[in-house]
Amino acid sequence: MLRVIANRLLVAVPTLILVSMLIFGLQKLLPGDPVLAMAGEEQDAQMIATLRAKYHLDEPVPVQYALWVRDVAHGNLGVSLRTDVPVASLIAQKLPVTIQLAVMAMVFALGIGIPAGIVSAAHRGSALDYGANVVALSGMSIPNFWLGIMLIFLVSVRWHLLPSSGYVPPTDDFWLSIKTMLMPAFVLGAALGAQLMRHTRSAMLSVLRADYIRTARAKGLLRGAVIVRHAFRNALVPIVTVLALLFGELLGGAVLTEQVFTIPGFGKLVVDAVFNRDYAVVQGVVLVTALSFLIVNLAADVLYILLNPRLRRS
Amino acid sequence: MRTLTIAAALTIGIAATSITTGAAAQTPAQTLRIGLQEDVGSLDPARSAQVVDRIVFASLCNALVDIGPDLKFVPMLATSWSTSTDGKTLTFKLRQGVKFQDGEPFDAAAVKANLDRYRTLPTSNRKSELASVDHVDVIDPSTVAIVLKAPDAALLATLSDRAGMMLAPNTLADPAGVATHPVCSGPYKFVQRVQNDRIVLEKFDGYWDASHYPIQRVLFQPIPDSTVRLANLRSGSLDMLERLAPSDVNALKQDANLRFVSVSGLGFYNMTFNVGNGPRSNTPLKDKRVREAFELAIDRDAINQVIGAGIFAPANQALPKSSPYYDAALPFTHRDVAKAKALLKAAGHEHLDVEFTFGNNTVASQIAQMLQAMLSEAGINLKLRPTDYAAALNAAHNGDFEVLFTGWSGRVDPDGNLHQFNTCAGNLNYGHYCNAEVDRLLNDARVKPDVATRKPLYDAAQKLLADEDPIVYLYAQPWPFALSKKVQGFTPYPDGLIRLRGVSVKG
Repeated sequence: MLRVIANRLLVAVPTLILVSMLIFGLQKLLPGDPVLAMAGEEQDAQMIATLRAKYHLDEPVPVQYALWVRDVAHGNLGVSLRTDVPVASLIAQKLPVTIQLAVMAMVFALGIGIPAGIVSAAHRGSALDYGANVVALSGMSIPNFWLGIMLIFLVSVRWHLLPSSGYVPPTDDFWLSIKTMLMPAFVLGAALGAQLMRHTRSAMLSVLRADYIRTARAKGLLRGAVIVRHAFRNALVPIVTVLALLFGELLGGAVLTEQVFTIPGFGKLVVDAVFNRDYAVVQGVVLVTALSFLIVNLAADVLYILLNPRLRRS
Repeated sequence: MRTLTIAAALTIGIAATSITTGAAAQTPAQTLRIGLQEDVGSLDPARSAQVVDRIVFASLCNALVDIGPDLKFVPMLATSWSTSTDGKTLTFKLRQGVKFQDGEPFDAAAVKANLDRYRTLPTSNRKSELASVDHVDVIDPSTVAIVLKAPDAALLATLSDRAGMMLAPNTLADPAGVATHPVCSGPYKFVQRVQNDRIVLEKFDGYWDASHYPIQRVLFQPIPDSTVRLANLRSGSLDMLERLAPSDVNALKQDANLRFVSVSGLGFYNMTFNVGNGPRSNTPLKDKRVREAFELAIDRDAINQVIGAGIFAPANQALPKSSPYYDAALPFTHRDVAKAKALLKAAGHEHLDVEFTFGNNTVASQIAQMLQAMLSEAGINLKLRPTDYAAALNAAHNGDFEVLFTGWSGRVDPDGNLHQFNTCAGNLNYGHYCNAEVDRLLNDARVKPDVATRKPLYDAAQKLLADEDPIVYLYAQPWPFALSKKVQGFTPYPDGLIRLRGVSVKG
């Protein structure tokens, strides 16, 4: 097990380097100049030149990249060009928000997707199955931002049930924090839950066809017990894979949902940074996102081993 | 090692955030929550480059002078001022008993320290605004003299804005500190900022005019999506918002709980023609007849009614109607398609393909489409090129455009709306229009002392510009606000800033 983890971590290093190079290069391909964007309405030529030199933007791209890597190796992610705030502290400010949103969205997704997938597979071809599929398809097809705006109008503006947007840290007021995040988490979770339902359903269907299920049923085990204890456990491996990918994606920030609900998470941070050509911020966020993606997938690998005894021996 | 360090930084950061993001959950009485269209850039007046920054500065910092709703200068940190007869010394008498938010006294030495910083900080955006200043003299603790290299008529206006904002001298040594925790002398002091989320200010009890500020706490929340910003106002999560989308104006007017207040701003939206910036300027647009045809083909009133919901007041010049320099005699060009076609023909064109570059957003793309439809009737085929804001700026600087749609937030002094756009070497002269006579007039107007002597020069320059059309003005920038009926005493100013003197929240 430890060797698996060590191996995975070793592979992570070149992955991170590759990702950072790719993002660095792609950003430089974007038209637009961070210093011009930063200067905004005040396009003072002398100031622009000073800033360009200060942030090494007048150097060739490979040199800029090397300078960035050198700083990161020293634990310095740089400073936001636009606001002068260190990138590390920006990330530290946004990461807990994004994690909270991701976890709450996952709770919705799991709560909706897994039971619906199991029920739908167990009752394949029935009205229940079709009904669940229709709901799942709508969940996937309804755009996040539209569902978000509709919910705000209904739940907040009309019924005054939940705060319409914003973010409250849980350390401040735990219940208010949960309440504020309910709608965005639901919006995100609904779409993910729908995907999860489809994957659970197909994984369950293929397991339910297996011989050992028939044997278990033939031995006289209860249908419910067979589905939950025998079938679902074996269907879990592909489900965990999908879960890890979805969760990793959430950690990258949910751009549209964050925008609609004005949640100060990664998505909003990185989009603003891209529009302002705030390279250091984009690089920092992408690095951390890639890192969390790798960690989540590593956790998934560990879970496989725990779930599947056969993997433990190999 | 690298990942470890970052992980460690993050863990510490997470712990720190839970402490620092705490403040604004509770909303005690007399809190004003303001929805902003975009997040603030730098909170250092020296670095600031956005209009939205100034909205926050208006509560946080005081400048030497301020403007009234009629654009006349009124005392702020300076109680009176005078210009020497040669126009090269501006002397300010300072208000007594003013304290900075950290308790430091405000005096002439503080003024000198701030102005010197704005003029010398390598990354200062205020340098060019203060370029005319030679040095600052402390006469006595309550008198300061600004000595100029040459007379500068726009200086007082400059000092009413960021370049005249006074920060506590003890905090000036650390530029990063100023940006993350500015200490000024305004009615509200800085509490916290969470980027993209909130800026919290709290009443400064030591403010010299504190009794006129009933609001105890101000919360600025950037909410870029205008629909969501309005939904927040409707659900009671905000008390007011700035820059309401024109498409929401009519719905808002019918809401009994909300109030709509709009004022025509100091700025403008325009089409700039590339007449000399790089190889892409080699188009028929170099011919002023073609540019005039452009102007004749458009209908500003239609844009105002259809897209602007009546708040996009048509503009034919760079100066706002509220300015004493506004040239009321300058004729408006009204739509005349036949004449536009005739002009095009005279210039040797039946049909014309022109690329139209604009920073993409809802309003800009509506305007682009409407212009496309109007111009096509005159035989001009607009190819729309939407880009994001940063790319549009780049295109503007590099001359990578034929016609560019841009806006300017405007300045109190006419110089700020004309000089840098129309003089040959102007920073914002994207089309590289160059006319020696316009240069002479605009440079002259800079050094003349008063409206009476400056206005004829601006009138003459604007007449030339209107004739040559390097820039076609479309409409004056509006400042539409939406407020809850609970908010009382709010007056909009043409500069779009939210001044909280006398503003209160009821119930």
